[in-house]
Amino acid sequence: MTTIATLQKGEIGYISEESLDSIPLKLLEMGCLPGAEVELVQIAPLKDPLYICVNGSHLAIREETASKIQILKVNSLDV
Amino acid sequence: MSKNDIKVALIGNPNTGKTSLFNQLTGLNQKVGNYPGVTVDKKEGLSKLSPTQNAVITDLPGTYSINPTSIDESIVLKTLLKKDIKESPDVILVVADVENLKRNLLLFSQIKDLEIPTVLAINMVDQMNRKGITIDLSLLKKQLNTEVVLISARKNEGINDVKAAIIRCHVAAKASPLCGVDHKIDPDYFMKLKEISSDYSLYELWLMVTQSNFPETVTKEEKEKLLAFKQDVSKVKKYQHKETIYRYQEINKILKKTYIIDKSKATDLRARLDKIFTHKIFGYVFFVFLLFIIFQSIFDWSTLPMDLIDGTFAEISDFAKNNLPTGVLTDLITEGIIPGIGGVLIFIPQIAILFLFIAILEETGYMSRVVFLMDKIMRRFGMNGKSIVPLISGTACAIPAIMATRTIPSWKERLITILVTPFTTCSARLPVYAILISLIIPDTKIFGFLNLQGFVLLLLYALGFATAILAAYILHKTLKIKSKSFFVVEMPNYKLPSIKNIFYEILEKTKSFVLEAGKIILALSIILWFLASNGPSSFENVEKNTVQNPLNQHLSEKELQQKIASAKLENSYIGILGKTIEPSIRPLGYDWKIGIALITSFAAREVFVGTLATIYSVEADDEKTATIKEKMATEVNPITGEKRFNFPVGMSLLVFYAFAMQCMATLAIVKRETKSWRWPLIQLFGMGFLAYISSFITYQILS
Repeated sequence: MTTIATLQKGEIGYISEESLDSIPLKLLEMGCLPGAEVELVQIAPLKDPLYICVNGSHLAIREETASKIQILKVNSLDV
Repeated sequence: MSKNDIKVALIGNPNTGKTSLFNQLTGLNQKVGNYPGVTVDKKEGLSKLSPTQNAVITDLPGTYSINPTSIDESIVLKTLLKKDIKESPDVILVVADVENLKRNLLLFSQIKDLEIPTVLAINMVDQMNRKGITIDLSLLKKQLNTEVVLISARKNEGINDVKAAIIRCHVAAKASPLCGVDHKIDPDYFMKLKEISSDYSLYELWLMVTQSNFPETVTKEEKEKLLAFKQDVSKVKKYQHKETIYRYQEINKILKKTYIIDKSKATDLRARLDKIFTHKIFGYVFFVFLLFIIFQSIFDWSTLPMDLIDGTFAEISDFAKNNLPTGVLTDLITEGIIPGIGGVLIFIPQIAILFLFIAILEETGYMSRVVFLMDKIMRRFGMNGKSIVPLISGTACAIPAIMATRTIPSWKERLITILVTPFTTCSARLPVYAILISLIIPDTKIFGFLNLQGFVLLLLYALGFATAILAAYILHKTLKIKSKSFFVVEMPNYKLPSIKNIFYEILEKTKSFVLEAGKIILALSIILWFLASNGPSSFENVEKNTVQNPLNQHLSEKELQQKIASAKLENSYIGILGKTIEPSIRPLGYDWKIGIALITSFAAREVFVGTLATIYSVEADDEKTATIKEKMATEVNPITGEKRFNFPVGMSLLVFYAFAMQCMATLAIVKRETKSWRWPLIQLFGMGFLAYISSFITYQILS
């Protein structure tokens, strides 16, 4: 399964519509919406948490949460 | 506050400059109170909107949404749902960051649906050019159907526009929902909800269902009907998700017409700084280096003001003693109250300096990066990345540190942080450490450059942190509390700190320390003074006996007075108490005199030094450490004939002070924050037990 947690640093994906129910409300409210572009900006030294940029919000979320949010992967170079 | 004042609730996402706006609107007319029934501080300020119109502005905690995930945030919901005419806000002022308007408008859209008159202040507009942002203000006003003001709170621009907009909004008193939660999601469902009561807007009813938060005005019957909606939990959850998506769709539609951002203008300052501050090696190196600088500065900068406060209070005490008529009341003032107040104020320099640094770290946005770096490590010990702020603050004082845990959403992680914070070396331990170290550790250099005494002090700091972490781990493994750990931290833009905000922050934190800890330290000082200056019936003869004792005849008047003071203390209630506990502390290497000092330390740990000073007949109001030190150094253990403060006893005491929970003020705060006596009692006995056992082992091994 491709999720935010499987992105490489600097890579971009789009949050898939199917994961709507598995996104915590708080994250939705902070702009982590289905269809939104999400970039993995930085990974913390111990591989967790992840620093993402979505809908203009820069957020740190735990790997546990990130691995539940499915995405469609697009190589940043192709866009 | 007069009846005509407009009640304004200030609300917004974190990092939007809400505090700056609050400070600009109210200046020094701020006060911090409590919300009835809950422990979160309520910040209020008076603002002069026009020559004839004032407003009372309440600064609500920063939040991304009305749906709360922490105690701080739940205050926002509670305040907004209130229907009490005296307390519910007349106008809501929403602050938004121009750069992240989309997300900020989510909160705005929720508030608008409460149907309370709302003003939207878009902040940091001075950045618009640089970030390539253009806004069609008049169209935005029309689309949002509200007053919209562009401001730059830090530069004090647009503040008068905000004031005018509040008045206009209040006069017009028109309020209409923006999105409406009903039609797009499930019209039938929401129609039924609406039928429950016409006293509330539909969105208010919906919030009562989703948050189970009912204002007092809701009748029993209405409450039952609302709770019935709650039964289908998955449906409620699904509709909450749908609601949020729907809100964003509406916001997107509006912004498409009114808001343009030219992405090519984005600067890479954030990326460049992040690369350094969140680097897997350099990030930590920088953080440790920063901590080192902070602690170094705290010690360097606070010595002078602390000596000044100390000296001033000794002088005031002397002055009062010499100018007031002798009697019990004078004694109470000069020996109980004045030193008690001095004992509180002495901590202000260190606390203020530490909060200066913490405020700078938070204002600049660096603290979020530390939280990011530390979360995984802290989680292994049952805490949260956010626990790092309380643990650092704890080196000044545990009281503001424990209050800073409120941002941690998981109850278990928050509780563990509260419980272990008192292990960090607070400023009250320093005077105790300083005098003991100077007594038992030689003033030499190791490895040719490292001061051994300083090194031991550093080790004690490390011991405090290590114990905190270890205790957290044990609690993490033993506490059976189910609490969902959740972690989302915004990584804000890097900003230069605002001097005004930092000044207000230090003022507020210091004030809350003085009020919270102060009253307890002061009360305890008075009680201890009473116990030390009164005793059972034989107490009155102590002075006479001492004067008549042939051994004392050769003493000078001054020496005799000191002898009397010492003898009085020995025969006072507290002296008796010290002797009573002597058998139980003898295995740690202590006598009853040290026992007294341990008891009085419950007011504040540093009282240890002053108490020993009195016991060893040093003038009590003379804080010359050298003289106390000399006395302590020459004190002999009558049983062994050795020095009383030899290496084993000194080490045992150091360990005792590192671990024991000797702070009534902290216990009171823990009780307040955990709403139960259980946790402070666990702290008192758990830490006390650890201190006793460790000191026992230390003493027995070393002696």
